[in-house]
Amino acid sequence: MASASEELWILGIDMTKFGKHPDKDLVDLASEAVQGALADAGVTMKDIGIIGAGNLMMAMAPTGQMVQKQLGQTGIPVYNVSNACATGATALRVAAMAVKAGETDMGLAFGVEKLAGAGLLAGGSRGADANTWTPHGRYGAVAAVDGRIGTEIMPGVFAQIGLEYGHKYGGTSFELFAKISEKNHSHSALNPKAAYTKKMSLDEIMNDVMIAYPNTRPMCSANCDGAAAAVIVSGSKLKTLSKEQQKRAVKISASILTTDPFEEACQILPNVNTLTRNAAKQAYEQAGVGPADLDLVELHDCFATAELVHYDNLGLCEEGGAADFFESGATWRDGKTPVNVSGGLESKGHPIAATGIANIWEVATHLRGEAGDRQIEGAKVGLAHVIGLGSACGVHILEKSAA
Amino acid sequence: MAKQIPLVDYLVLGDDPHLVAHECTSCGARFFDRRNACASCGNTEFKPADIATTGEVRTFTIVSFAAPGIPVPFVAAVVDCEGTSVRANLLNVTPDAEHVSTGMKVRLATEVIGKDDEGTEAVGFGFEPLGG
Repeated sequence: MASASEELWILGIDMTKFGKHPDKDLVDLASEAVQGALADAGVTMKDIGIIGAGNLMMAMAPTGQMVQKQLGQTGIPVYNVSNACATGATALRVAAMAVKAGETDMGLAFGVEKLAGAGLLAGGSRGADANTWTPHGRYGAVAAVDGRIGTEIMPGVFAQIGLEYGHKYGGTSFELFAKISEKNHSHSALNPKAAYTKKMSLDEIMNDVMIAYPNTRPMCSANCDGAAAAVIVSGSKLKTLSKEQQKRAVKISASILTTDPFEEACQILPNVNTLTRNAAKQAYEQAGVGPADLDLVELHDCFATAELVHYDNLGLCEEGGAADFFESGATWRDGKTPVNVSGGLESKGHPIAATGIANIWEVATHLRGEAGDRQIEGAKVGLAHVIGLGSACGVHILEKSAA
Repeated sequence: MAKQIPLVDYLVLGDDPHLVAHECTSCGARFFDRRNACASCGNTEFKPADIATTGEVRTFTIVSFAAPGIPVPFVAAVVDCEGTSVRANLLNVTPDAEHVSTGMKVRLATEVIGKDDEGTEAVGFGFEPLGG
């Protein structure tokens, strides 16, 4: 049985192709990813001691139990979790904590979302105002406030987060943010699991439909369907498994989840910076590695404006130096620190609860040397980051097996 | 003059329109909605605090695509009012990247958003360029 000082390993991991899956429901998609992860791990549902099940849009449903009914009802505990866009990472953390705590030596986590065709995910439609002004809600509002007191839509919130960084440190422009999107769309051409795999020129990106300046449509994460799943095993259990399983296992050197500590303005515009910086700092300490050791990074580019600030938050560049860092070419796949070689959320897609495990799948696949045409040669250490507004931030650092 | 009601309860109308926040009596953190305890220090006592009516645009976006029924484009911003951040639209400014920038000096402005069946006007707020 595992102990609290246990190492955590990914024994198996898989993701569905992201995109439109009109013929598959939530259970079909989740089951496909879970079966893939179990097969990849060389185990069955009978070996699993806990399930962390992530889904956001149908969070009232017992998603984990629905998947058990589809694949195997073994009576083990299921934790259905939702934590905004960090839902997948949270499900993984649940399984990781159970293994770390010694409650079981093998856990399963999955995240699944049906989101193809969804529009803006926040900010309500505005109907006619009431016939009589009556204050209601926490702010005593007499009418709808979205669009009257700022914006609630995500492209607008993250646009402000990007421009705030530019205001503080300089060096940003509409073109710079569009170039980040150009990079990710270019990367996606090599990823057969991405929802969109078409390269886009800078002109095409800048002249596409403006959603919330400076984010045009291709600079926004793509709503789509998808699922991802992982099997986590304790270090001591792994030693009892086959050489092949040990060789392909990927070490979880750090697994961190943070929320946003109070700061002035954080309840006015979400502060996605401090909780990411805190998570990264804890993760580097836990793993005993630094940003310079990372061979690749999958970070939460829910919008092009978000990717920029996370270069800085994850310590990939000097404080305030994100624009120069990007302009140096560092984050392209042939750069010093390749970022989002999967195509990122802007082109791979963002089926919310699946994202936090799909990012880990991408990193793990490179560490195993199994990423095909988009393989980052010799990748040994990688980092996966997700952030959910509210807020929650998950950071995982993964290392290639020495076996 | 028609009877008026503020769009939100933290907007004070009258001759000198301004915003008012709940200020923690211990650490000074400010909140625009009610609190059981201060998110910064845990103190449970608050007092009303008037917010400065001038400030600087710390960040913004120009929303061109919003939910049905919301007129676009509009400028959404965060304004730093002498240390207190306020979320608001920018008013009386052309909503494009040539006319809006971070660091712009602005002042509080009010606007009537509509009239109900009893003839009462609802009054919202935003910030407009200073000296514009």
